[in-house]
Amino acid sequence: MAGRIGRQSSAANRQPVASRQPRANQEPRAPRHEATNLDRVIHERMRLAIVSALAVNDTLTFNDLKRLLDTTDGNLSVHARKLEDAHYIACEKSFEGRMPKTEFKLTAAGRKAFEKYIAHMEALIRNVKS
Amino acid sequence: MHKPLPTLQGHAIDNLQFIRDTMSRASRFTAVPGWGGVAIGVTALVTSTLTVRMNGTTAWTYWWMAEAGVAVAIGVATIVLKAKRLQLSLLDAPAKRFALAYVPPLVAGAVLTLVFLENGLMSRLPGCWLLLYGVGITAGGTLSVRVVPLLGVLFMALGAAAFAAPASYGDAFMAAGFGGLHIIFGLIIARNYGG
Repeated sequence: MAGRIGRQSSAANRQPVASRQPRANQEPRAPRHEATNLDRVIHERMRLAIVSALAVNDTLTFNDLKRLLDTTDGNLSVHARKLEDAHYIACEKSFEGRMPKTEFKLTAAGRKAFEKYIAHMEALIRNVKS
Repeated sequence: MHKPLPTLQGHAIDNLQFIRDTMSRASRFTAVPGWGGVAIGVTALVTSTLTVRMNGTTAWTYWWMAEAGVAVAIGVATIVLKAKRLQLSLLDAPAKRFALAYVPPLVAGAVLTLVFLENGLMSRLPGCWLLLYGVGITAGGTLSVRVVPLLGVLFMALGAAAFAAPASYGDAFMAAGFGGLHIIFGLIIARNYGG
């Protein structure tokens, strides 16, 4: 946990000013879209795709995700890092022979946020139908 | 008259569709039946025991074609049961992709069986069947759980070995592949991948 503080700080720097200073003893929280109370970490397309793919797989490697989402190393790294900073995905680095291997999995917080996001979308659709 | 959706709701529908599509593309076909594989393996071992003295004859071929029919029935029934139990659709993209990869080599095997029969090459059918079944399992297995492609590669290796070995070993190769490999990998799948 201590090793992650630097990362959280850099993520916090990218958040809107109002949400930069969490209260003492408060859990790190994903930034929310003010107008719709949407979780902006998940709302972005590439991050939504990463979370959706991990929701139906125990783990996926960096290369699995890159191939599946048809994206570049840089783009995937940036978005995976943001999800990691929000504690929505966990990353494990290892070696397969001499080749480095990066595996991602969805955390409990990530799954909860994903389910909440889907529920939010469904609620929006229900509202327009009623 | 069609009323256009307000932007927010339109985005919500679009987002849900995007999630569904991504999950579908990322999904693996997990309804491969472990216990079904074990049952197919057992019937194959019974057949190999019955046909051990008929090696390479037309009667041997018909026995194994009947066994193939039984295996297909067991396979289909256990896939349907497992999919139902795991609440998986057999009409979704992963299942369709698995079928599209798995079935063509089996069709090729059926066509080649007729060619081998017409040319009196029944004793070489074990190599043909094991090899093409292995191709189907390997191709379909790339869209399934990790252990399935390994099973396919082992079937292919057995098929190649059956072609290289004397024709009299054909029944033994059939027993080792359709019997032994199905039982071993069926147990692994049943134990680790939900039955």
